[in-house]
Amino acid sequence: MSAPVFDHIPIVAARGSTWRRLLADPLGRFGLALVFAIVLTAVLADWIAPYNPTRIAIPEKLSGPSLSHFFGTDQLGRDVFSRVVVGTRIALEVALVAVTLSVIIGGVLGLVAGYGPRGLDNAIVLVFDTVRSFPTIMFALALVTLIGPSLQTVIVVIVASFAPGYGRLVRTQTLSLKQAEFVFAERALGAGAARILAVHILPNVIGPLLILASMDVPVAITIEAGLSFLGFGVRPPTPSWGTVLNDGYAFIGNTPWIILAGGLPLVLSTLGFTFLGEALRDAIDPRLRKDP
Amino acid sequence: MLLYSARRIGLALVIILCAVALLFGMIYLVPGDPASVALGPLATPEIKAAFRARMGLDKPIAIQFVTFLSIVFSGDLGIDVFSNRKVSEIVLEALPYTIVLTASGIGWAIVLGIPLGCWSALHRGTWLDRVSGIFAVAAIAVPSFVVALYALLVFAVALNWLPAIGAGEPGHLGDQLAHLVLPSFAIGLGWVGYLARLVRASMLEVLGENHIRTARAFGLSERRIVLRYALKLAVLPTVAVLGIGIGHLLSGAVFAEIVFARPGAGKLVYDAVVTRNYPVVSGTVLVTTTLFALCTLAADLIAAWLDPRVRASL
Repeated sequence: MSAPVFDHIPIVAARGSTWRRLLADPLGRFGLALVFAIVLTAVLADWIAPYNPTRIAIPEKLSGPSLSHFFGTDQLGRDVFSRVVVGTRIALEVALVAVTLSVIIGGVLGLVAGYGPRGLDNAIVLVFDTVRSFPTIMFALALVTLIGPSLQTVIVVIVASFAPGYGRLVRTQTLSLKQAEFVFAERALGAGAARILAVHILPNVIGPLLILASMDVPVAITIEAGLSFLGFGVRPPTPSWGTVLNDGYAFIGNTPWIILAGGLPLVLSTLGFTFLGEALRDAIDPRLRKDP
Repeated sequence: MLLYSARRIGLALVIILCAVALLFGMIYLVPGDPASVALGPLATPEIKAAFRARMGLDKPIAIQFVTFLSIVFSGDLGIDVFSNRKVSEIVLEALPYTIVLTASGIGWAIVLGIPLGCWSALHRGTWLDRVSGIFAVAAIAVPSFVVALYALLVFAVALNWLPAIGAGEPGHLGDQLAHLVLPSFAIGLGWVGYLARLVRASMLEVLGENHIRTARAFGLSERRIVLRYALKLAVLPTVAVLGIGIGHLLSGAVFAEIVFARPGAGKLVYDAVVTRNYPVVSGTVLVTTTLFALCTLAADLIAAWLDPRVRASL
C-alpha cells in the first residue's frame, strides 16, 4: 500500500478568487504564458516577422537555418520563420471566429430545443446527432469536394463539429432549468419566453458552455492546420502552419527544418491552450474535473 | 435491456438514414454548381450540361433522391467517374487497411495507456504521477498528424529504423507490421493519454470501494488486488469511450495514411477529393460514417449491458 486512496475527493479551496486558483497551478501558469506569447505574436506579427512571408527569392531556396533566416527558407526561398509568425494570426483568427460562431449557433439552437415544444426539440436533437455522426475529417472532405477549399469551408467544418455538442449541453441545462422554481415564478409574473431565456436561463448555462468552448480552441487550431496541410484550407500564398507543414513534407528528405518549424508552433499552441483550459476549468468549477 | 437495445438500434438506423439524406442534400444545400466545381472554370456550358446529364443532375430533386437511395441500398454506391468501377468495390478494397490501422492504434492505447493509468493511480500524488498526468494531457492535445510527421522525420528519415511509405509487401507479415508501427503510433498516442487518464480516475474510485477494502483486510497482496479485482472494474468505462474514439481514430487514420502514403479509406477519399470525384467521396464517407455509427452503437449496447443505469437514460 503506497498511497492512501480514501481522500480522492477534490478539496476545494474555500477562499481565493478564480484567478488566484488559476495562478496557483503551475500548469495553469505555463499555459497562460504560452497563450500570452502566442496572442502577442499574432498581434505583433508584422513587426516580429523579419521578411514579407510571401516574398519569393528563388536563389535562396531551401537554405538551412541561419542568422538571416532562423528556420531556413522553403522551396520558393520564402523565409519560414516569417511564415510561421504570420501564420499565428491565421490560426488564431480562424479558431476565434469558428468557436464564437459555434457558441452562438449551438447556444441558440440548444435554448430553443430545451425550452421549445417537444416536436421541435426532437427535430433539433436529430439534426445534432446526424451532423455528429460524421467523423469530422470525412464531413470536411465531402464539403471541400462540393464547395472547394477556402477559409470559409474550414470555418463551416469547425462549426459543424462543435455546435452540436454545445447545443446538446445547453439543451440539457435548459431542460432542467425550465423546471426550476424561479422560472415558474417569472412565468407567473407574465414574462415571455424570450425574457426568461435571455435573462434567467442564459446566464446559468453560459459558464459551462464557455469552459467547453475554451477547451475546443486548440481543436479548432488543429482542424485549420490539418485541412491546410492537406491543401484544403488556407489558399496559397497565405501563410498558415498547415501550409508550411505541407511545404516541408514535400522536402522531408533533405530539409527537415521546414517540418520542424511548422509543427513547433502547433505543438506549443495546442499545449498552451489545453493546459490553460484545464487549469481554468478546475479553477472556475472543480466539480467539472474529470479525474480527481 | 431488450427495450433499450431496440430503441438504441432504431436510433442508429434513423441517424444513418439522416446521414445519407444529408450527404445527398449537401449537393443542393451548398452554394455553387457541382458541375462548375468539378470541371473547373474553363468548362463550356455544353460540357457542363453533358456532365449534369451524366450525373443525373438535370432531373427533378425528388427523382435524384430516389435514384441516390436506390444506388446506396443496392450496395454498389454508384460508379466511379474515372475508372468506371463500382464505388463499393473500391471502398471495400481500401477499408481493411484502415480497419487494421485503427485497431493497431487502439492496441497502442490499450498496451501503454491502461498500465500507465494503473501505475499512476497506485503512485497517486507522487511526482511520477504528476509527470504521467502532464504526459497524458500533452499526448491528447498534440495533433496526431504532427505526431505522424515528426515520427516520419525522426524514425524513418533521420534514423532509418522503420520504413517510411506504403503498407509493406503483400503476404510478408513482418514487413507489413514494420510499416504499421509508426502510423498506428501516431494515431494511437492521443488515446494512450486519454486511456491513462480515464483508467487512473476510475482505478482510484474502485480502490476506494468496500470490496477492495475487504480484500485488503483478508491480506491479499496489493498486486493481486489490483490485477484480479480492481482492474476489471476500472477498465469498464473505457469501453464506452472507445466507441466514440473510433471516430477520432478514423480522422487520425486519414492523415496517417496520407503522411505515410498507405493505401486505405483515408488515402482513397483524399485522392478522390483532389480529383473532385464526388461518387467516391460520398461512398467512402457513407461507409466510414456507417462504420462509426455501428461502433458507437456497439459501445453503447456493451455499456448498457455492463451498467443498468445507462439503460434508463434513453
